[in-house]
Amino acid sequence: MDDKIIEIKNVYKAYGDKPVVKNISLGIRRGEFVTLLGPSGCGKTTTLRMIAGFEQPTSGTILFNGQDITQLPPHKRNINTVFQKYALFPHLNVFGNIAFGLKLKTVPNGEPTKDRRGNTVQKMRRLTKAEIAEKVNNALKMVDLEDYGHRSVNSLSGGQQQRVAIARALVNEPQVLLLDEPLGALDLKMRKDMQLELMQMHSKLGITFVYVTHDQEEALTMSDTIVVMKDGEIQQIGTPTKVYDEPANAFVADFIGESNILSGTMVKDCCVEISGHKFECVDKGFKNNEPIDVIIRPEDIRIVPTGNKQCLIEADVLSCVFKGDHYQVTALTHGDERNEIIIHDNVEVKDGDTVGLYIKPFDFHIMHKSRLINELTATVASENEVEFCDGKFVCTAQLPDVDTEVRVKVDFDDVELTDDEADGTIGATIISAIYKGSYWQYIVRTDTYYDFFVDNDYEWSIGDRVGIKIAPEKIIVEEVQSEKEVQV
Amino acid sequence: MKKKFKFRFSRRAFAYPYMIFLLLFVVVPLVIILINAFLDDAGKLTFDNFVEFFTDSGGGLTVLGNSLIIGLVTTLICLVIGYPCAYFLAKYHASNRVLVLLFILPMWVNFLIRTLSTKAIFMALDVDLGMGTVLFGMVYNYLPYMILPLHTTLVSIDHSYIEAAEDLGADKMTVFFKTIVPLSLSGIISGITMTFIPAISTFAISEILSSSKIFLFGDAINMHFSKTTNSFGVGSVMSLVMLVLVILSNLAVNLTSKDEEVKSAL
Repeated sequence: MDDKIIEIKNVYKAYGDKPVVKNISLGIRRGEFVTLLGPSGCGKTTTLRMIAGFEQPTSGTILFNGQDITQLPPHKRNINTVFQKYALFPHLNVFGNIAFGLKLKTVPNGEPTKDRRGNTVQKMRRLTKAEIAEKVNNALKMVDLEDYGHRSVNSLSGGQQQRVAIARALVNEPQVLLLDEPLGALDLKMRKDMQLELMQMHSKLGITFVYVTHDQEEALTMSDTIVVMKDGEIQQIGTPTKVYDEPANAFVADFIGESNILSGTMVKDCCVEISGHKFECVDKGFKNNEPIDVIIRPEDIRIVPTGNKQCLIEADVLSCVFKGDHYQVTALTHGDERNEIIIHDNVEVKDGDTVGLYIKPFDFHIMHKSRLINELTATVASENEVEFCDGKFVCTAQLPDVDTEVRVKVDFDDVELTDDEADGTIGATIISAIYKGSYWQYIVRTDTYYDFFVDNDYEWSIGDRVGIKIAPEKIIVEEVQSEKEVQV
Repeated sequence: MKKKFKFRFSRRAFAYPYMIFLLLFVVVPLVIILINAFLDDAGKLTFDNFVEFFTDSGGGLTVLGNSLIIGLVTTLICLVIGYPCAYFLAKYHASNRVLVLLFILPMWVNFLIRTLSTKAIFMALDVDLGMGTVLFGMVYNYLPYMILPLHTTLVSIDHSYIEAAEDLGADKMTVFFKTIVPLSLSGIISGITMTFIPAISTFAISEILSSSKIFLFGDAINMHFSKTTNSFGVGSVMSLVMLVLVILSNLAVNLTSKDEEVKSAL
């Protein structure tokens, strides 16, 4: 068995009826630097708080060194936390803050003895003042704040408070250190320095770090393992290189680094078709003509002269921006369906130029689509209406009797979004937006928590309220088989 | 420049009514009390009023001592009852604003009416009026003044401090005594001031709830200024002593809370 210090098994957490963490399972190896990465509201902080013991999972278990700690209160766990806003006690000075945990700690006093019944008894004692002072001073030395013990915590800068918070957690010699976006409040330069220092501390102390952040660059720099989360679900677990080079799905690709995400079809093994152009790739094992997502990192695209034999596709340059170590070129590919591509290369091109693009076969990252069509259960509301997501949609399909249950299918590009919520049949919120070269793919969540996938040319931002409309002839209705009905 | 001056003048003018009010009803009465303290019945300059009070020939010092003791006891009882009240109110704050209102509601009833009805209840229950009933009346009257500042402070304590303490190995009791109590110190201090200062200067509560058996400093001042005794001089001296006491306790509060304010600013 792998040496797992923390094991999260099927943990589910909901506030009221709103799920925040949905059945996640995750093992953390001893001594590992694990980063939980994801946009705000993805459940990463809740997961961390469940490991710390501030929140109890609704269901599922958390094991620490093989023991179930799901219900154990935080003060009995050998885990310490560095809080997002440090949470240094304002009524204590730096020394007092760091000594807080030590003063409560008990250590074995002398050798274990046997009592009359033969049970082993271990006497415990508190740490002496001298021992505490020594440990605190060592901790202060570790974070380079040697002479700051007597200072009030509010007289310290953000970076110094951060160091105190780290020292306060580490001085208790925890087996696991949890860090909840600890660098979020620091400026860029400071953040870079602290990243390096945290990495050094991690390798020096050899304890397990669980780090929460929404900053992909931070995660890529520091971690041994990255856990990408979205909507309370784990999207991918892997090393930084793996997560960057082989993202598991379009979300991971979009969230980590810049990328071109395009829809395509897998014609056959090692051949992918994007907007009418066929390219050689190295992926196998997909069904022939399976619709897939293709991810191409901007730095994997080379600009070549149009006549060059390497040229796979031609494109018109829309813009070229100098970024220091590279030019960021936006180009529109030629063809019937034109896609907007971002390229990072070190050649300068002019707006309006036609250039050739070359991509190595193994730089096409092919992924299964997470969903091919929106499919949901509905009831027949009247002879020409079906009801789903608390809305009645007119449809032209043949409908069975009123009140029977049916399956409804709607294509991504048949779902219309309206700016004004009232113009749609139902209201919904945009929760994800990914640009796919020539259109946006949105995930739109209705008030009944169904997520519609929508392809649309117009731009909305995450969090926008929109209305959902579906043309009557675009709703595909299928009758539910009787067996299924019994199951429901 | 001219325009600027005019603008400032017009803004300042808004303060004038209040300045006049202050002058007429605060500064002038204080000056009159100060003058009165140095005048005898015949209106001649004298130090006899001070001598009479500080040698305790009229029992003034004893009354002051009693008042201070009762004030302290009242404050202590209010703190002991008020802190847990405020703590639980703060803890269930989000779900129960009505409860907070219930605790503050008595403040909206005139304190004389409140005290008189308390007396009526005690009489109906056949309770002997004395020290016990006076203390009850005082605590009843001043408890909201203790709870309110405590509640405000306790509600504003960031929950992450409590979590940090738990994280560092503190059980519920330790969290309370090592984190919540020190962090609510500013609330405790302002609660004590808001209770103690009115408690030492109160007059009607003790008189009504003890059938005039217990005589406090406020009652003593009240008596000196009443028509029958007509000893404005000693009354004025006592008022000045009261004033000094209030200033002193405010100073003490400022000294202890100055540090705290800086701390709680973050």
